[in-house]
Amino acid sequence: MNVLIDNREVFLSGFKNTGILFVFSAFFALILGTIVAGMRVSPAPAMRAAGTIYVNAVRNTPLTLILAFFALGYPRLGLPHLDYMFAAIVGLSLYTATYVSEAIRSGINTVSVGQSEAARAIGLTFMQTLSLIVLPQAFRSVVPPLFSVFIALLKNTTVAAGFGVVEAGGIRATLSDLGEPLLPGLLWVALIFVVLVLGILTPLQRYLEKKWRVAR
Amino acid sequence: MTNPVPSPVLVEMKAVNKHYGALHVLQDINLQVAKGEVVVVIGPSGSGKSTLCRTINRLETIDDGSITIEGKELPKEGKELANLRADVGMVFQSFNLFAHKTILENVTLGPIKVKGVSKSDAEKQALALLERVGVGHQAAKLPAQLSGGQQQRVAIARALAMKPKVMLFDEPTSALDPEMINEVLDVMVELAKEGMTMVVVTHEMGFARKAADRVVFMADGQIVEESTPNEFFTNPQSVRAKDFLSKILTN
Ligand SMILES: Nc1ncnc2c1ncn2[C@@H]1O[C@H](COP(=O)(O)OP(=O)(O)O)[C@@H](O)[C@H]1O
Ligand SMILES: [Mg+2]
Repeated sequence: MNVLIDNREVFLSGFKNTGILFVFSAFFALILGTIVAGMRVSPAPAMRAAGTIYVNAVRNTPLTLILAFFALGYPRLGLPHLDYMFAAIVGLSLYTATYVSEAIRSGINTVSVGQSEAARAIGLTFMQTLSLIVLPQAFRSVVPPLFSVFIALLKNTTVAAGFGVVEAGGIRATLSDLGEPLLPGLLWVALIFVVLVLGILTPLQRYLEKKWRVAR
Repeated sequence: MTNPVPSPVLVEMKAVNKHYGALHVLQDINLQVAKGEVVVVIGPSGSGKSTLCRTINRLETIDDGSITIEGKELPKEGKELANLRADVGMVFQSFNLFAHKTILENVTLGPIKVKGVSKSDAEKQALALLERVGVGHQAAKLPAQLSGGQQQRVAIARALAMKPKVMLFDEPTSALDPEMINEVLDVMVELAKEGMTMVVVTHEMGFARKAADRVVFMADGQIVEESTPNEFFTNPQSVRAKDFLSKILTN
């Protein structure tokens, strides 16, 4: 307990950055992932191909490589400077969006084709059919896999530590610089992650599942 | 049943062919439907009736030939295709009501999103339509809370809300329990009487006799026979039609 109290500044700023990385990356990944899922079921072959290539290319690249690109490769391209935090959010979002897209696409496949045929038959466009009829029904079955993706994202934020963003995964290093005992510090970090998942994400998942089940 | 003044052609299929891989599902189909006409399409399972019906609003594409509505070729894609579909109502065997929307929302969605009708006008019109098909008091419920017969009547109201030029019905009563078939057929007979142009895939002879101007008999992707309901049911010409009728009559 002493490790935690004596170093609350370190813990606080670490988890604050974890929170920022998580919230922004989850937000952008959800938007981008939904768009990509839409592309992958689009009637236009070029859209489908672009979506498929993106998902397969990025999903099969290790996250460390993606973040390394933004931390080490990107600055050499002579493009506008990105600070580490922003670059980490971009990398995490691009990476997580592929998993979001796959979760949503599998949800789309659970909605019967009759639903989109009926939508098209009354004159709704592809975008209207997707946004008004298919996605609202797909999101229900998507909640559990989506939360698995977000829990993975929460843990993946620690990878950003290796690239200069001081978040919770970096607390251990900071503590060891301060000469604190290593093991208790590590255990506290792990424990707080568990609390974040069980205390925030899991209840939120349960709430959404329940809310959308009633609406059926 | 013959019209003294010929009505203008509304739907015209000319030399239409379609394949599913090696299966030649529509073979040189020629069909005209006049304004106000009710055409019943009948034939054994797998003969291509659903496919024919679905090509008319381009839920299925065709390989060659042409399909026109009021003389205009069906648009290939995009906004124009969506606009065309708004003019062609479709009622499916499995109802396909939007499962997450209320009965009222099912009927108002098209007018609001496709035609830009205001919400209050759309609701007023939807309630009148629901009343007309006998489910006015169910407006606030979700589809799953209704019986099959009620759902199918809502589906008809949803199609009517778009004020379509022609309505397509693909075996609208085949998924229903027997005691619910008539409540749906009654609504369709009413529609026919009011002059709606209809293409109806059905095996309900009662409906064909009561409401159809013409029966089209399909087998193996071809239109084998076309005649008045009375002529078709009492005096079929082709061997296949005789064979088919003897089967559905003995069942
Ligand atoms: N999407 C499809 N892909 C391949 N074959 C199909 C498809 N839809 C229908 N068919 C085949 O086309 C034939 C005609 O089908 P359909 O038009 O549904 O017949 P009907 O409505 O007269 O029973 C059937 O043999 C069916 O198996
Ligand atoms: Mg059929």
